[in-house]
Amino acid sequence: MFGALFAGAKWSNGTLVPKLALDLEGGTQLILQPVTRGNQQITDQDITQAIDIMRQRVDASGVSEAQITSQGSGQNRNIVVALPGTPSKETLDLVRQSAQMFFRPVLKIGAPAAGTPDKAAANLGTPANNSDPAWLTQDVLDTFATLDCTDPKNLSGTGNQSGDPAKPLVTCSKDGTTKYVLGPVDVYGKDLSSANSGLKTTQTGQLTNEWVVNLKLNASGTTAFRDASTRLVDLTSPRNQFAIVLDGLVISAPRMDSIIPNGQAEISGSFTRESAATLARQLNFGALPLTFTVQSEQQISATLGSEQLQRGILAGLIGLALVVVYSIFQYRALGFVTILSLAVAAGATYALIGLLSWTQGYRLSLPGVAGLIVAIGITADSFIVYFERVRDELRDGRTLPAAVSQGWSRAKRTILASDTVNFLAALVLYFLAVGGVRGFAFTLGLTTIVDLAVVFMLTHPVLALLAKTRFFAEGHRFSGLDPSALGARTRYVGRGRVVGPDEPAEGGEPERRLTIAERRAAANAGSGSTEGKDA
Amino acid sequence: MASTRMSRWGADLYTGRKSYPIVQRRRWWYTLSGVIIVVSALLLIFKGITPSIDFRGGSEFIISGVSSTEQQPAIDAVHSVKPDEQVRVSVVGVASSSPSLRVQTSKLSSDQTTQAADALSKAYDGANVSSQFIGPSWGADVTNKAVRGLLVFLVLVSLVMTIYFRNWRMAVAALVALVHDMIITVGMYAGVGWEVSPATVIGFLTILGYSIYDTVVVFDKVRENNARLLDQKRYTHAELSNLALNQTLVRSINTSVVALLPVSGILFIGAFLLGAGTLRDIALALFIGIIAGTFSSIFIATPVEVSLRNREPAVAKHTRTVLDARAAAVEAGDLGEDGTVEVRVGAAVPGQHLGIAAQPKRRKGGRGAGRAS
Repeated sequence: MFGALFAGAKWSNGTLVPKLALDLEGGTQLILQPVTRGNQQITDQDITQAIDIMRQRVDASGVSEAQITSQGSGQNRNIVVALPGTPSKETLDLVRQSAQMFFRPVLKIGAPAAGTPDKAAANLGTPANNSDPAWLTQDVLDTFATLDCTDPKNLSGTGNQSGDPAKPLVTCSKDGTTKYVLGPVDVYGKDLSSANSGLKTTQTGQLTNEWVVNLKLNASGTTAFRDASTRLVDLTSPRNQFAIVLDGLVISAPRMDSIIPNGQAEISGSFTRESAATLARQLNFGALPLTFTVQSEQQISATLGSEQLQRGILAGLIGLALVVVYSIFQYRALGFVTILSLAVAAGATYALIGLLSWTQGYRLSLPGVAGLIVAIGITADSFIVYFERVRDELRDGRTLPAAVSQGWSRAKRTILASDTVNFLAALVLYFLAVGGVRGFAFTLGLTTIVDLAVVFMLTHPVLALLAKTRFFAEGHRFSGLDPSALGARTRYVGRGRVVGPDEPAEGGEPERRLTIAERRAAANAGSGSTEGKDA
Repeated sequence: MASTRMSRWGADLYTGRKSYPIVQRRRWWYTLSGVIIVVSALLLIFKGITPSIDFRGGSEFIISGVSSTEQQPAIDAVHSVKPDEQVRVSVVGVASSSPSLRVQTSKLSSDQTTQAADALSKAYDGANVSSQFIGPSWGADVTNKAVRGLLVFLVLVSLVMTIYFRNWRMAVAALVALVHDMIITVGMYAGVGWEVSPATVIGFLTILGYSIYDTVVVFDKVRENNARLLDQKRYTHAELSNLALNQTLVRSINTSVVALLPVSGILFIGAFLLGAGTLRDIALALFIGIIAGTFSSIFIATPVEVSLRNREPAVAKHTRTVLDARAAAVEAGDLGEDGTVEVRVGAAVPGQHLGIAAQPKRRKGGRGAGRAS
């Protein structure tokens, strides 16, 4: 298993060294300048919201622990995004691209491929409202006909393609399956206060099995949406649909089934849990009230001084050396089993982190390193619990193989119970927290699994094997399992025979029966006090 | 040999020849940790925690066009204006095309900002220094989500413990120990006065996990010793739990030493001797927390569990039965050497041969005893 891990790490483009996070390695820093529509003021809330959404975007793409801060004050504020390592173009685009979202009424729908233009109706006149077919001028229809939505080039949405809010827009759906002519903007994305996905609840409050996306609009959005829905609900298909346009592409075009007076709309359809969540996230991104221009994009060194980090790691290694000394002092030869197990656990963790940093984009940060340091204690504890149990069994006078199997069956329960708790903590924090806390939870969970694997697949088998060697079974002074040193009791095994701590043979006939004096001496030595005196 | 002494001590604790009355003296331990908690809480209230730049935002200086990207001069320059400041320096841009240095500090007053900018400029041969305020990188949403995760974890862990130990009182006792550890760790950290960085928060979270973990290990032994509590009338629940504590004492000491060694390596050797400031905050949080966690799983968690379970009717009745039986033994004059009923709580050991002298024997010489009738 470990061989496979190492091999896997080796094949992974030679990334034997795990990638490091921003605080340890440095990365790329982008300074983004917010731009509002018109002369709006940038409020604190806008910036905070922008940072939250930005973090959500970056976290969703799997990049761990980007650092996002605001810079400057008043109206001269920027957002600084620092991404670890050399981020891919897709990741950078996530940050650079500012999502712009609009709700527009649908005027015409067509197949995605290019075709011949229709003739515009005569006497168009001035459009009375945003849904009026009078918007379909010959110009618009020509553009509509020539647009090819099967061409991937037309499907890479950017904020610049959103078009003039007061004019109709010809565009594709995001998946490239449909072509639209859309009327002028009815509702602006910034009027959306929140969107989330969930199971549909009926009017009686019962949960159904259907996934829906719920929208909540602010005051001005509510008015605008009420007017639009009043207008749309009586129109014929496809003009009773409204399109949600994100970065110039239609992400969804639901039909208006009823008038929405209270600003709380629900989009239903054949959603899965996944697709509903995706749409909700896209809607939230689009609700960002600002757009950004990239002011600078530069490399940045690690936020923690590299010299200092090296010193810190050196100090940690000194501590580890002390652990080695202590376990040999406490457990003698058994200490080597501890050290071997710890070394294998460290190797496995290292390989796993390397593997995950390659496949999942995981990056090791300072909190991650801290998780690993504590993991030394927790991993070693599994061995300590186990060894102490074996010693207790020896004290009861069992032979070593019996003590190992009995001690193991008891220690196993304890180890499983306590590791479950740890793993639970890691799991919950990983799924519910963001940023640095997530990185920490990840290492904690990882080391817990490695700990279990090592204890079950290495430490216990090794100890069971060692128990059969003479050095351990006869309780050599340096084996760490010397029954007399542990204070094992002399045990009466019937027929006038005793099994003393000095002869933990498997109950077989000793070569020479001890004399009474020897037995009494053994009994006295075994209990280590005067209790064995004549009663 | 020390090791032998330690293992013999372990053996004595196991068999109950030596026993520390931790559960019996629980009021004493409650008082002690009550005092520590009050001190921690006072430190927390009056000294308060100093959140780092990641939480509060701070000042940032950009030194552009520097000839050397050495970081120490920048740190020294800021220290000349404000000593004890945690300064973060990073290099922006590539070394080949005139990089700049980014220096971040906690929020400085406008006077200090001007002075620091001057000092920095001087430190880098009159380079251009611009300054501005930066916002927190650890925003409120990160905190909120972490807290939500924490609450979910606490609820889940209580459920898991209740199911595993089949007793909700153990879960409650573990949570009491957890709160105890958190207050002490955060309070003592505040007492030291270092600023709380995200790394510190991670340290606190780690301690949370460690505290529960350590408590579960001890509780598992308590559970094992009390598995047949109601089937016997010799020992009370408190005595068997105390035995569990004594039996796991060696484990607790060994584990905490092993966990503490790397942490104190970083803290003492790293921070004080080598001067590595980066890891010291997390190391300090872990150092205090591991000690508090080990202390609480021995001296708080189990005693609290015993206090709680003594209210359980079945256990209370059992305790009364055992104590009544002992009182009856006293009346019957069945006393031990020191005039009280001897109760040695320890692991059951098989009987041993006491030597031939313990056997009934016939008197030598003279007439045999003969048979009565």
